[in-house]
Amino acid sequence: MTGKNIVGIIFSNAYDECLSELTGLRTMGSVPFACRYRLIDFALSNMVNAGVEKVGVVTKSNYQSLMDHLGTGKPWDLSRKTEGMFILPPFSTADGSDNGNKMASLKGIMGFISRSTEEYILFSDCNSVLNIDIEELMEYHSEKGADITLVYKHGQIPSIKNVIVMDLDADGRASKVAVSPADRGEVDYSLNVILMKKSLLERLMNEAISLNYTHFEADLIQRNVGSLKIYGFEAKGYATTIESMQSYFKTNMDLLDPKNCAHLFDKSRPVYTKIRDDMPSIYGLGSSVKNSLIADGCIIDGEVENSILFRGVRVEKGAVVKNSILMQGTFVAQNSSLNCVVTDKSVVITPSKTLSGAENYPVYIGKAIVI
Amino acid sequence: MARKVECIAMLLAGGQGSRLGILTKKIAKPAVPYGGKYRIIDFPLSNCVNSGISTVGVLTQYQPLELNDYIGNGSAWDLDRMNGGVHILSPYQQIKGTEWYKGTANAIYQNINFIDRYSPEYVAVLSGDHIYKMDYNKMLEYHKEKGAACTIAMLEVPWEEASRFGLMITNDDNSIAEFEEKPKNPRSNKASMGVYIFTWSKLRQYLIDDENDPDSSNDFGHDVIPKMHANGEKMFAYLFDGYWKDVGTIDSLWEANLDLLNPKVDLDLSDQSWKIYSRTPVAPPHYIADTASVQNSMISEGSQVFGEVEYSILFNDVVVEEGAAVKYSIVMPGTVVKSGATVQYSIVAENAVIEKGAVVGQCPEQMENRDDWGVAVVGQGVNVSEGAVVAPKAMVDEDVRKGDK
Repeated sequence: MTGKNIVGIIFSNAYDECLSELTGLRTMGSVPFACRYRLIDFALSNMVNAGVEKVGVVTKSNYQSLMDHLGTGKPWDLSRKTEGMFILPPFSTADGSDNGNKMASLKGIMGFISRSTEEYILFSDCNSVLNIDIEELMEYHSEKGADITLVYKHGQIPSIKNVIVMDLDADGRASKVAVSPADRGEVDYSLNVILMKKSLLERLMNEAISLNYTHFEADLIQRNVGSLKIYGFEAKGYATTIESMQSYFKTNMDLLDPKNCAHLFDKSRPVYTKIRDDMPSIYGLGSSVKNSLIADGCIIDGEVENSILFRGVRVEKGAVVKNSILMQGTFVAQNSSLNCVVTDKSVVITPSKTLSGAENYPVYIGKAIVI
Repeated sequence: MARKVECIAMLLAGGQGSRLGILTKKIAKPAVPYGGKYRIIDFPLSNCVNSGISTVGVLTQYQPLELNDYIGNGSAWDLDRMNGGVHILSPYQQIKGTEWYKGTANAIYQNINFIDRYSPEYVAVLSGDHIYKMDYNKMLEYHKEKGAACTIAMLEVPWEEASRFGLMITNDDNSIAEFEEKPKNPRSNKASMGVYIFTWSKLRQYLIDDENDPDSSNDFGHDVIPKMHANGEKMFAYLFDGYWKDVGTIDSLWEANLDLLNPKVDLDLSDQSWKIYSRTPVAPPHYIADTASVQNSMISEGSQVFGEVEYSILFNDVVVEEGAAVKYSIVMPGTVVKSGATVQYSIVAENAVIEKGAVVGQCPEQMENRDDWGVAVVGQGVNVSEGAVVAPKAMVDEDVRKGDK
């Protein structure tokens, strides 16, 4: 099995509600992340790095910024004559069956899936941040003779809906699957990178439609734990699920540890994104920058500490930015001070303003707001 | 037949740039890295695109591999077009035999067929080794307004440097009265920038005549331009005021890089309306550690700084370890400066390793004899061993061990 045999399906809107502030104007997939990326870059790059040549991006709502980001798919080498990237907008069905969940989205794209000649399907959500070797996953899948393989992480169960939690035996096979169990604690939970045969998906979907099943996680996965061989594949290195503004903040900050950064941006599996053609960043005389990740195009004359600066951010002399995430084009004027702040794109902080949040509750400032 | 184009550009990119020494051992001068993420050729190419010239022929001859690879299909500059776009033009075999490009004029002559495909009214001839931002379209308007056969862009240079340039003496209407090539006692400070616009029908004839002249060295500056002038063609100078630098020597390359850090220098790369495009490497954001100190420097993506960086330009994926110092230097992609090493007043090429405690270059103030001072250059992939010293002005393209120099 090679990547050529796989058609990738990315749900760009899944879990939008977890980051309601950031997804007000965009999809989860187009949420800016780690200085120069959008969350969908990780899902796309994982697939492309394994040789996947056909990717469908499922969209539901607010996907203008996503389309702007993806363009023709060229940065991911997915602008092709044959195959490549397909944006799959929703159908507006007369029977109103599109109630917005994953199953309904899948129903809408079964035509795309059936027409694909690839043997396997690989699903991915955008709120899982991980850099994973899909080739290894494929090998594991065929080695185990699995019907469905889910990439999982061991850790605190994320507080989002429809989390798949597995009890794995010594071989890695799921003996029990729970969906959003009530008890919290350390478990093996799915990062929603799921591999299965296309023919199996088609069979399960037909069954689901005829029996009026409506729940992807419960009806397609959990219900079949006895009849199908469902396996878990552990994500090594840095992997996380973004479940809230708090965890979005933390996930960004985690990258200030060079170890995490090296895992997520593994040089053998690069993460691709849209190019903006900015100059390298300029550090002025008298500036002070500590423990920060900084993209191209910034001009820094002030003080920056423990922060994530996206492309084209300006920090004027006398301004202090600490523990903050400043998205593309944020301008911090002189003598202003920010602590635990997340600014969306093109925010302007005029001179001598002080804004401070807490680590577990960062202050969010919406797109293009002038303070 | 391609669609007719008003003006096409021919970019002379075949030069070796021998004064750049080991930096151009394996690459042509236009492919030399500059400014933290660019290569010199990005400037004329971006100028073309920003000026609305979307048909560009790039004439290559010396070590073209890396340059061809870099330009690719031109998509980085939006020059992958249905009609026109960027074309690499190398010397080719003809029925009468194979010929290298004998000179700049001959290079264009050999590609008359390429130019004729687009039946342009005008042809811009540009050199691929200068750093500047210029709107060629304004110059073209000027050329048309004057009804010129040839317009040459010129720049007023400081009088004391004028004798290094090809100079023009102009009449009141800016028509060109006389040329002077690197005179000892300059009578003008108007230097040619190596940017020409020709009316194609005129130039075409002069190129053919020049080729048929056995005494010609087939060079624009030496042969074609003087000939046009002697024949009384309408030739005008177009005054450009802005940043322009010929990065022909190690010192000027070093200076041109550090100019980016000087707020007084008029070269703003952050201008969104006149972007300089380049092939952007795939690299994560750069990281400045707790232990780092960065002053007046430019740093590109993928780099990691744990040490001290001052008045320097770091390209992508450079690592400066804790306790290392990089001062007044240009460090190209993938180079590692290990802890305790010092790199000062130097240019370090790609993928070099400066081991612990090594010292590259010297500060001019600490020289016994200032005349011995110069920018030190470490070549591509060179390993400078623990405790080794690379003297100022030295150029090393082989590994350096302790006590070697």
